[in-house]
Amino acid sequence: MEKSNNTHSRRSFLKVSSITGGGMMIGFSWLANLIPNEAMAAAVASKDWIELTGFIKIFPDNRITIISPNPEFGQNVMTSLPMMIAEELEVDWSKIKVEQGDYDTPRFKRQFTGGSQAMRTTWKPLRTAGATARLMLLQAAANEWNVPLAELTASNGFINHKATNKIVSYGALATAASKLPTPEKISLKKNGEFSLIGTPQKNVEGSKVVTGKSLFTMDYKHEGMLIAMAIRPTAFGMKLKTFDATEALKMPGIKDVFEIQVYKDGYVKAGFDTRTFNNLVVVVGNTTWEVMNARKKVNIQWEAFQPYKEFAGAGNNKREDTIPAGLESTDEHLKQMYEKQQVQGKILRKDGDPDAAFAKAKKVIEKTYSAPFLPHNTMEPISCFAHITDERAFFVAPIQIPEMMKQSITTNLDIPAEKIEMKLARMGGGFGRRAYGHYIIEAGLISKKMKAPIKLIYTREDDMTNGVYRPSYMVTYKAAIDEKNNVTAIHIKGGGLPENAIHENRFPAGAFENYLAEGWDIPTNITIGAFRAPRSNFIASAEQSFLDELAEAIDKDPIDFRIELLKKAKANPIGKNNEYDADRYIGVLELVKEKSNWGSPKNKHAKRGVAAYFCHNSYAAHVLELTMKDGQPVVGNIVSALDCGVVVNPEGAKNMVEGAIVDGIGNVLFGGLRFEKGVPMQKNFNQYRMIRMKEAPKKIEIHFVQNNIDPTGLGEPPFPPIFAAFANALYKATGKRHYHQPFINDLNKS
Amino acid sequence: MAKYTLKINSKKFEVDVDPNTPVLWVLRDHINLIGTKYGCGVGSCGACTIHLNGRALRSCQLPVSAVGVQEITTIEGLSENGEHPVQKAWIEQDVAQCGYCQTGQIMTAAALLKSKPNPTDEDIDSYMSGNICRCGTYTRIRTAIKTAAKSTTK
Repeated sequence: MEKSNNTHSRRSFLKVSSITGGGMMIGFSWLANLIPNEAMAAAVASKDWIELTGFIKIFPDNRITIISPNPEFGQNVMTSLPMMIAEELEVDWSKIKVEQGDYDTPRFKRQFTGGSQAMRTTWKPLRTAGATARLMLLQAAANEWNVPLAELTASNGFINHKATNKIVSYGALATAASKLPTPEKISLKKNGEFSLIGTPQKNVEGSKVVTGKSLFTMDYKHEGMLIAMAIRPTAFGMKLKTFDATEALKMPGIKDVFEIQVYKDGYVKAGFDTRTFNNLVVVVGNTTWEVMNARKKVNIQWEAFQPYKEFAGAGNNKREDTIPAGLESTDEHLKQMYEKQQVQGKILRKDGDPDAAFAKAKKVIEKTYSAPFLPHNTMEPISCFAHITDERAFFVAPIQIPEMMKQSITTNLDIPAEKIEMKLARMGGGFGRRAYGHYIIEAGLISKKMKAPIKLIYTREDDMTNGVYRPSYMVTYKAAIDEKNNVTAIHIKGGGLPENAIHENRFPAGAFENYLAEGWDIPTNITIGAFRAPRSNFIASAEQSFLDELAEAIDKDPIDFRIELLKKAKANPIGKNNEYDADRYIGVLELVKEKSNWGSPKNKHAKRGVAAYFCHNSYAAHVLELTMKDGQPVVGNIVSALDCGVVVNPEGAKNMVEGAIVDGIGNVLFGGLRFEKGVPMQKNFNQYRMIRMKEAPKKIEIHFVQNNIDPTGLGEPPFPPIFAAFANALYKATGKRHYHQPFINDLNKS
Repeated sequence: MAKYTLKINSKKFEVDVDPNTPVLWVLRDHINLIGTKYGCGVGSCGACTIHLNGRALRSCQLPVSAVGVQEITTIEGLSENGEHPVQKAWIEQDVAQCGYCQTGQIMTAAALLKSKPNPTDEDIDSYMSGNICRCGTYTRIRTAIKTAAKSTTK
């Protein structure tokens, strides 16, 4: 048994109490003794941030409820997190009730959905909470029966004393257990000894989903609730000048039309306060359809804005950013990025003497890749319910990191933190978009002004054209090859609007004696933010396509070439700070090679592409099979290998990997928001191509590397490498390499 | 504004709304049947799929004035307790991720199986391609439709 000491960490905190009417409640809140700013700093500094809190309730009738505190956006944490607790608690999983926790400032200090962190950061705390409860229940039984604790066993929610054949339910002991001191030493099961973890379990909210129950913010209703929509500038680079609401106010059901300012002048932004259009015209009325119609009658004048300053961060990290003026266009962005590629960038990492190696090279391969801005396009458009009264500020919000909104709520809505109450609705998709809760402030301002409960709704057009987009990127990969067909140097140079996507310490860094990574950036006034596997989702597409091309140029099998490089990096790592574990990386490549019958494919007609990547602490490799039909790619079978350590719930994990694969194929083939003079050119799904059923792979076969490594996360890792697996298969099928996403543009030209 | 009597899920509802109001918003705002989702408002994503006289239809494109005596079925009326073969298959295949699009997917799938009890992959691909799932659950949806088909044609 692994020993877990409840007192060793100053960040851990367990609170056991009785429930009114009997029973016990085990509350656990890590980081509870740290104030938020320190907590944030600790989080950034340490990569093993334990942010999760939650609680278990055991009632006298042996009902057990587990509150899942992390917001749910489809990654199935409402199932997998409670499974960890149940494993150590020794209860019958089928009888556990799971509830979504509210945003609860005193009890939960951290509720975080993002960065593929849930499993990794909660692995020990959640199991410790379950084990603590079990141990206290065992102690209560030992006391009651006056027998040694070691003679007792706990299973399926009951405690048994074999020698005397006595049995008692957890519920019957819960009140007594809650009065015992919290044990200091807790033993956890070793990885590999689990009975529930590792077994496929279905989504605990599945039946609510299929019957259309109210789960989402969009569905929320409240007595006297009004509907609000905002009108935002039609183009990035514009701001509100004046508006006339005379006609709109005459429309049926309309209550008011007014302006709101989202962030106060001089507001210093926290990490997830995105830039937004700050001055909006809001239309409030009785029903959605009435507000939609009245919105068209507001006469608004926009004007171009001048460059302005924004403030962010705190202490030494305080930042001042200048937001550029101008109406930007995609064609101009590409031109700007090509120009930047011609001048020296910032050196991010340099090993050996790349200049000399390139000078001596017999052959140089140089390829440039680019990708556009991407809207998140979550199926549930942005919405938020707010009801601000003197007593409390009540929200129903789809938000990935509610705690990160606290500063903005208290400052921009002038609401003391203790008055904030927030229900964390199931999110109709997140992918990073719902980390940026400016809509909570918008809804709050509207409710304050109306002195009424309101639900702010974004139309699909609002959602797509006022996004927090994945940045647009470009990168050039260059390889020097000597006369013996050895790759002697690698040069990576790239940037984007407004950031580069280069991870200079990731593979293939460490495998080449001569290595140079350079980055640059171009300011933009288009709003950007996290998008499933930020930066990795682009850089992997380029890197893994380039490695494929490079392998071909030196006449090597693409999987063997990667494995050879990784073995080299393991045996003789070049440079410092290499981020990846070569063995785990090789592990997924070998597994995908075996499971896909790489050497002798079953389907002789289809062409195959391979790609692998490491990000967010886990490893993924895909082999994708593709044929061309009427000039369009048809994806057949996909075989994937993943190493994310212990898989808590294989059913949910597989679903998430399948989703990442489908999502990636959709984005590499169709994804991209075009801008002309600051205007997003696609506004809805009749203009923006999303992957649909007919383009989905025929079959996805997923294999997890079986090991006993603590979980390392899975939401993001399978996403980045699928772009290149698709690109490499497409090359095999068409004889043409594709460098610029989305590929549909080139495919439709040829 | 005009008064309409709608037959929804075998019950009668009276509403007083603008004749152009899409059935989607009548259901969601006036009758509190929120299982029918808003996704795009232009008939391109399928989240708002209902049955009109048993046929799958985008409720965001159907003005309330065009309904007349035709019978509307929403996800809430597809079965008593979520026991429609398609709903059961969705649970069995653990289809949902975020779940937002799934009621629309289920309504479309149920209509497909009504007209084609044993659909081929091609039938499924063409019939289901009007419904977008951003989480990418398409392969599970395909399997679930076949599971439902098997359970009804046994």
